[in-house]
Parts: sequence; structure tokens; C-alpha cells
Amino acid sequence: MEIRPILTSLRKHRIPAALIVLEIALACAVLCNAVFMIGQRVADIHWPNAIDEQGISVVTVNGADPKLAVSDIPRNLVALRGIAGATAVAAATSMPLDHNGALSDFTATPNGKTTVNTSIYFLGSGGEQALGLHLLEGRFFNAEEYADSGSKDFNSTGHVVLITQSDAQRLWPGQSALGKTLYTNDTGWTVIGVVADVLAQDPRFSGPGGRYSSVFFPLHPDGVMGDYVLRSAPQDRARVVREAAQLLGKLESGAVVDGTTYADMRTDYFADTSSMVWMLVLVCVVMLAVTAFGIVGLTSFWVGQRRQQIGIRRAVGASRGHIMQYFQTENFLLSAAGVVLGTALADGINLYLMRYYEITRMPWYYLPVSAVALWAIGQLAVLGPALRAAAVPPVVATRSA
Amino acid sequence: MFGYYLDLALRSLKRNRVLTALMVLAIAVGIGASMTTLTVVHLLSGDPMPGKSSVLFFPQVDPENPVTLSLHRNPWPAMDYRSAVDIWSSHRADRQAILTSSSVKVRLPDSGQPPLMLSMLSTSTDFFPMFDVPFQYGSGWSADDDASRARVAVISADLNQKLFGGANSVGRILRVRDADMRIVGVLKPWRPTPLFYDPWSQNFSKSEDVFAPFSSSLEINKGNFQAYTCWHVPPSMGNLQDADCVWVWVWAELDSPAKVRDYARFVDDYANTQKSLGRFAVGSEHARLHDLMTWLTDRGQVPDDVRLQAWLASAFLVICLFNAVGLLLAKFLRRSGEIGVRRALGASRGAIFAQCLVEAGLIGLLGGFFGWLLTLVGLWLVRRQPVDYAHLAHLDTAMFFVTFAMAIGASLIAGLIPALRASRVVPGWQLKAL
Repeated sequence: MEIRPILTSLRKHRIPAALIVLEIALACAVLCNAVFMIGQRVADIHWPNAIDEQGISVVTVNGADPKLAVSDIPRNLVALRGIAGATAVAAATSMPLDHNGALSDFTATPNGKTTVNTSIYFLGSGGEQALGLHLLEGRFFNAEEYADSGSKDFNSTGHVVLITQSDAQRLWPGQSALGKTLYTNDTGWTVIGVVADVLAQDPRFSGPGGRYSSVFFPLHPDGVMGDYVLRSAPQDRARVVREAAQLLGKLESGAVVDGTTYADMRTDYFADTSSMVWMLVLVCVVMLAVTAFGIVGLTSFWVGQRRQQIGIRRAVGASRGHIMQYFQTENFLLSAAGVVLGTALADGINLYLMRYYEITRMPWYYLPVSAVALWAIGQLAVLGPALRAAAVPPVVATRSA
Repeated sequence: MFGYYLDLALRSLKRNRVLTALMVLAIAVGIGASMTTLTVVHLLSGDPMPGKSSVLFFPQVDPENPVTLSLHRNPWPAMDYRSAVDIWSSHRADRQAILTSSSVKVRLPDSGQPPLMLSMLSTSTDFFPMFDVPFQYGSGWSADDDASRARVAVISADLNQKLFGGANSVGRILRVRDADMRIVGVLKPWRPTPLFYDPWSQNFSKSEDVFAPFSSSLEINKGNFQAYTCWHVPPSMGNLQDADCVWVWVWAELDSPAKVRDYARFVDDYANTQKSLGRFAVGSEHARLHDLMTWLTDRGQVPDDVRLQAWLASAFLVICLFNAVGLLLAKFLRRSGEIGVRRALGASRGAIFAQCLVEAGLIGLLGGFFGWLLTLVGLWLVRRQPVDYAHLAHLDTAMFFVTFAMAIGASLIAGLIPALRASRVVPGWQLKAL
């Protein structure tokens, strides 16, 4: 296919050609960045969380009398264990993704400094099983540790702690964390186990460093525990949480009782993120459609303008295929120019957004992928007008315009 | 002449309906998307206290001690108890309120209703007149009530509806945690947006349901107040009053520039004095006195996601405009013969240019109309999103006119190049071709 005649012809139509190029460039730039943002947000929504998310339900009791906690919590737990289908039940202070951050600094040395916010979880007896923590190294808490661990000012008065894999690697890189001492200021706890990564209470607030920075302390029944965690088979959870909320509502009539499945809690936490994803998807789709329509409109206009030329070419021996190829190649060249300009623009936008928003560097492969996407859309859009051009009969050449 | 051009434009639009529809659609979609996001940005960056925001000030000092200044460049958006009380009780401003919020269990004594967990604002008497808080029944409490730790409360219209079915509940008793408080006032529905006076709130959340004197509510809800941050572990969690934590803040009303200067000096002096006493690590370098709108801007009240959406929608509008330019060009140049005839019969270049622009403007008007409908749909979609500003998303009169102004303006700009090209058509060539 000769490219020179196409270029010569385009030079005669500078403005429409420039318009198509600019439109494709801008669409390409926006598409790259929008798809990148969609990808990041979808990754956020799917942050792994090593607890039994599908089986857990949580009933929160707010405003119960803390002085009665020592007797009331065991009573409530006994009652909850009676619910059919509940395989494990425990009390806890907070849950991953419950927005209710209890954060502190933990270091490998006494009075060390860190910028990582670590989420603190206190678990009542059996909490590891109720949450479904995955033990990677060491062991869970034993009954004795549960019995003599209290909480004072959100620090554990016990001596042992469970940490996540991420924290173990951050604090003691290349070593086993088992038996090491974890410090806040000058208070230390012995690491007895390492569990797979559990999300923070508010990972967006904690930032990338604190996302999987969580510590677990044992706690005997205490007024600070407001969450009852129930584990069941996923198909039972709706019924289990309903029954548990009713039961606790009766037992703790002076308190505010609220039950939810963990799956709903997670959906709630990411609700605004997923709505942003849908809105970005919508914008991308409509934008590509508008770009395609623009290409269809302008190419149709060109075809209309050049009916006579096409007729002459057909009369002197060009096949339908040649005519189609002409318009397709023309579009290909315009798209190429647009895409080159667009990828540069996309990179610039990404750099600009990085300065003002919490956005990371866009990986390079977004650029070729969206370039190919726009090429494909251009070729699709030009197909209709090109077919119409190919259908121009040679006899048109003999008529005046 | 305008009427004639309009007639010509209408005829031309009718002649090629598909092309017209494509152009109107391009402009409508661009306008719909950008107006939806711009309306949200406009609403979110609005002034919560129009007419009054310029006299409301948020003083800040920095009690963190010791402090690593490289990590801590600005004061916290709240103060420790002692600094806040010192600044508030000096009464240097025309009005001043001390504030903190906490969540608390509330119920009606002797009623079968289950208790509610609500947020309570602990504040002082000036809060109500200072922020023009509207009352349905009763009024706020007095300075004496503040001093005598009176067990009185003001409740929101929402809570009054929930507990008393909207009846006048002044004089009724509310059990707040374990204390009985007498209701002295019921608010009319009041929802300043953003919720500017609470530096920790989600920007667009509801205002609190229970308002109680700072002095008495600190006793009643002791142990349930949460610190924004602490730089030393509190000696005991329940007692934040003596702790190295920030959790209380102050608003001041200052109605003249001279008073603002004096008050700023007072805040600076306070910080410097505390530094010289050894209580603060930084003095007036971290003392601030922002007016309401500056404070809101500092705090970044428009969420990042919303601003990103606005950028995206603007880029989208530009794409739609390129599109419209291309289509208009095609449309005008297709009529070269007709234009040639008009030019030959004596129409000036200006006349052709004007005629083309009228046609572009007409397309803009149509695009604006459909864009307005799309904006309404867009805002309806925003209202259904799980975001705290969803309830705000309504088109106000100003933005309604902006929609049309933008649509017509955009299409006129888009029509500029095509109209110029059309007016340069050489009549002789076109007449020969006819």
C-alpha cells in the first residue's frame, strides 16, 4: 500500500486530520489514566485478608456497663455458643476494616521510632479460631495467657503477642520472629506466633506501611471488648447473625446491639471505592463511544467529498479492496499519530496527578495496551464509511460532482 | 438578520438529521458529564455559613512536646484541654465556643425504646448564636449553665422526631449515659455542609444529635472521649484532661480586622508564653488563626476522588468539543456551493461567519438542553452512591444557567474554526462546480 498519496491528500485536509489526531490523543491519555486508576482501585477492593471472611459474623454491643463485663461476657458467650451452626464464638475489641482504628507504634527495640501505624486487636479466649487466623509459625495463646492478660490504656498487661507475617519481615528481616520481643516505648511482649497477613482496622488511613501491620493480644473478659465474633458455615451466617443479635439484644437490654456479616462489613468499607470504579468505567465507555462517533462522522464526510475521486480510481482499475484499504490505512496513520501524542500526554497527566493526588507511577505497559485499544476502535469506526466508499461505482467518475 | 439566520440554521439542521443528532449528542454528553462533576465540586466547596464565614476564626496552637519538627510541620487540628480552656476562657473574642465531640448512649427514661448510640457535641453557650443555629423550640443554655455544670441539653430535630414524634420536648428528661439531662432546646433541621466546626468529622456527615454544656458533659461521658492523637500514653485512658493529647478545639467570632489582629497576637503570645514556661516545644511558629473558608481549604474539604472526577469530565468535554468541531466543519463545508451562491449574491464574509455561528449556537442550545437532562440523571446517580456528600447533589439555579452558558459557549468555540473556513469559501470555484 502506498502511503505517499494518503499523506498528500491529508495535507489538503489539515484541520479535520488534526482534529482526529487530537481527539485520539486526548482519548488515549484519559483512557490510560482512567484504566490505571480503575486497576488500582480494583486491587484495593481485593486486598487479601487472612481471616475467614465468608464465615464470620460480628455483633457489636455498645454502651454495656463495663463493670459487669467480667461476668456478662462469659454469660453472653455461653448463650451465643448455643446458636445452631455457630462453630466458634469469641469476644474482641475490634475487627479488620471496622473503621475503628486503635493504633500505636511497635518496634523491635525499646523506645524505638517508627512511622508505621500498627492496628491493635485484643482477642478473648478462642478468638484465633473465631476469626480463623492462619498460623504460619509458633502457636496460638494458651488458657493461662488468656487468664492473666488485661488491658490498660489499650496496652496489654500480658507478656505475649501474635504478629503478622508482614510485621515479622519488617521488624526482623531474614530472621524468625519467634521468641523476639516487640516493644512500645519500654514495654515488651514476647512473640509466640506469626499469622498470615490480616488487614488493619482502617487500612486507607494507616497507609501502605500499616495496611498489614496488626498485632493480637490475649485478653480476659473486659469492658473494652464490644465485638462478638461468630464463625459458621457461609450459608448459615445470615441466620446466625440474626439470632445472635436478638439474643444479645435481650441479654444486654441497656446497650445498643448491632449485627452484621463480615462480608457486608467488607462491602461497606469499599463501597465508595467500587462506586468510583463504576463511574470511571462509565466515563471510559462513553468516551470511547464519542471518539468512535467522531471518527465515523469525519470519515463519512471525507468519503462524501471524494466520491468522484473514488469513482475515477475505480474506473482506472482500483478494486473495492484497494479503496477500503486506502481509508483503513489513512485511519491507521492518523491513529498512530494520535496514539504517539496520547502516550506522551498520558505520561504527563500521570506525573501531574502524582504530584497532587495519592497516585503512583503508571506501569509502562498501560501505554501500549491503550494505544492498541484506540487503534482497534479507530479501525472499527472507519469500517462503515470505508465499506460505503468501496461501494461507490466507477460510473460516478463520469458525472459531475 | 438574526431571525433569518436562525431560520436558515433550523433548515440546515433538519436537512441532515443524523449529523445534527450526532453533534447535539456529543455536546450533551460532554456537558452532562462535566456539569455533574462540576456541580458536585461547586456544592462541596461551598460556604457553610454564607455572610458569616468571614468573622468566624479557628485558632490553633501546638502543644506537642517534645516534637520532631521535620515530621510535624503543622499544628494538630485540635488542642490539649488546658490550652483550649485557657484560650476559650480568656474571652478575648466577641464570641467564643469550646468544643469536643464523643459518642454516647442515649435513651428516654421509663420508655421501652432501646437505647441509641449518638454523637454528642460538648460545647459552650456561644455556640448557638455564633453559628446561627436555628431553634424549633426553646433555646440554648446560658453562661451560668456552663459555669454551674448544669445538666441541660439541646437536641436535633432528627432526635426529637425519633424520641418525641416531633412534639415540643422542652422540659423533658433525656438519659445521657447514666445522667438525666433536661432538654432546654430543640433545633430546626440544621445541617451545615460541610460540617465545618468539627475538624474530625467526615466532611459531609450529619451534625450531632445531642448538644450539652462542655463542663457537665465531660463529667457525664468521662472515659468515652477520644483523642485525635497523643504524644505520651495518657496516665489513665478515662482522664484526657491531664493527658498529652489533642481533643478539644475553639472557635472565635471576631467582627473587625483590628480584633482579628489583636486576637492573632493573643494566640501567638499564648503559644510563646507556654514555650517559655517549658510546656510547649514550639511557640508562635505553630500558632494559627484561620478564617473559616481558609481553614476549610487547608483541610481539603473536596475529596480527591471528586476532584479527579472533575478533571476527567473536563477532559471528556474537550474530546466532545473536538468531535463537534469536526462534525461542524463537515456540515458547513458540505454546503460550500450554497455559501458560494450567497457570497456571489452579495453576502459579506462576516454575514456567512455570523450565519454559521448562529447555527453552532443553536446546536449548543439543543446540546445544553439534553446536557441539562443528562446532568439531572448524573446527579441522581451521585445521590445513589454510598458517599457522605450524596444528599447534597442537586442542581441549583446558578449551575442550571451555567449548564446552558457552557453548552452555548462551548459550541460557539467549536464553531469558530468551521465558520472561519466556511466564510473563506471562494464563490467563483463553487459557482463553476454547480
